[in-house]
Amino acid sequence: MTNPLKLALIAATASLLALPAQAHRGWLLPSATVLSGSDLWVTVDAAVSNDLFYFEHNPLQLDNLAIEGPDGKAITPENVAKSHFRSSFDFKLAQPGTYKLTVANQGLFASYKVDGQNKRWRGKPEELASAIPANATDVKVTESRGRIESFVTSGKPSDATLKPTGVGLEMIPVTHPNNLVAGEKATFRLMLDGQPAKGVAVEIVPGGIRYRDALNDTKATADDTGTFSVTWPAPGFYWMSASVRDDKSKIKNAQRRSSYAVTLEVLPQ
Amino acid sequence: MRLLISAALTTLAAGSSLASEATISIDIPQLSVVEYHKPYVAMWVEKADGGKIANLAVWYDVKHKDNEGTKWLKDLRQWWRRTGRELTMPADGLSSPTRAPGTHQIKFDSASKPLDGLTPGSYQLVIEAAREVGGRELLKIPFEWPPKAAANGEAKGERELGSVSLKLTP
Repeated sequence: MTNPLKLALIAATASLLALPAQAHRGWLLPSATVLSGSDLWVTVDAAVSNDLFYFEHNPLQLDNLAIEGPDGKAITPENVAKSHFRSSFDFKLAQPGTYKLTVANQGLFASYKVDGQNKRWRGKPEELASAIPANATDVKVTESRGRIESFVTSGKPSDATLKPTGVGLEMIPVTHPNNLVAGEKATFRLMLDGQPAKGVAVEIVPGGIRYRDALNDTKATADDTGTFSVTWPAPGFYWMSASVRDDKSKIKNAQRRSSYAVTLEVLPQ
Repeated sequence: MRLLISAALTTLAAGSSLASEATISIDIPQLSVVEYHKPYVAMWVEKADGGKIANLAVWYDVKHKDNEGTKWLKDLRQWWRRTGRELTMPADGLSSPTRAPGTHQIKFDSASKPLDGLTPGSYQLVIEAAREVGGRELLKIPFEWPPKAAANGEAKGERELGSVSLKLTP
């Protein structure tokens, strides 16, 4: 399943199927991404929505939120709240450097037929065997692993938090994610399980969708080293995402869907 | 003001023939707005190709309690990206309070910091201003260093800065 063409075909098929879970965009939106001074706070909105970056659908679940400080230590979010359309939280930037915000989710889904009827199931891997009846046919199991990220820098950008975990689909910045300026080219690497995500398509969508007709998205493709570049057409917040389907799930006969999305802020010249 | 005095003293001590001088004049416009804050201003010299930087001055709200005035330094966004985020503020000899509307002059000379480190070549003076609840503006004046003859450069702002001039004397 390393053939880029195959992956592209699978990606195309996946988007044709237009699964409800993929129709919405999950995002973290920091109140600021480039900050100066000391004793700083950032408030982050988190939502799942159609339009970027408007909270109009569901709050993003923050159970698996992690904030990593420049020294690699975890920071506890404060004032965590979930409202009808969005979640939000605050965190303190007690030291200079780059902070990484991550919501990493895992899920297991199954669809099958019993007596000609379509059924769906969602749960934990250990429950799978007992959840699906013995007489079920057309059983399709999908393991889903998704990461939603954003970056915030106080003072001088640092690199310690940019390291990947080596699990699932991830982005390694080549250009620092808090050093993005309109008109300039930025380079990133897309990795799957720590290996270059060859041939995987990346979509970059500028925020502010509500006030324009066209999506104005940009497409890029990860090369053999997972590298791709974007030249930012204008300043603003962007949502950059990619997803891959393969059969590398550790769960027997399951397909795996890995997705990644990051909110990036591009500043004016 | 300290810069002006030290520049004058250096000139007296060294004799004007030894040190080239650069006089920068900045006009901060009077704006009729409901909420006015004096602008943050950064000025620096960079190689014509955008290379090496020499910081000249940063005017910001140094008097704000707990150094909270540093919170808006990132609004001088080109300066912040080029050099500001690498520095600790306040910085001796570099930072000073914001200035009121009017014309302000500062002098530098080739015998003292930061111009003493400038190798001969093509440069530009960059002046960036950002105002709280207001806008931002950036002006550039190209020049050759050291000056072989007296030279003048000028740029005119439209919003946050008025006339800015650079006067060079060999």
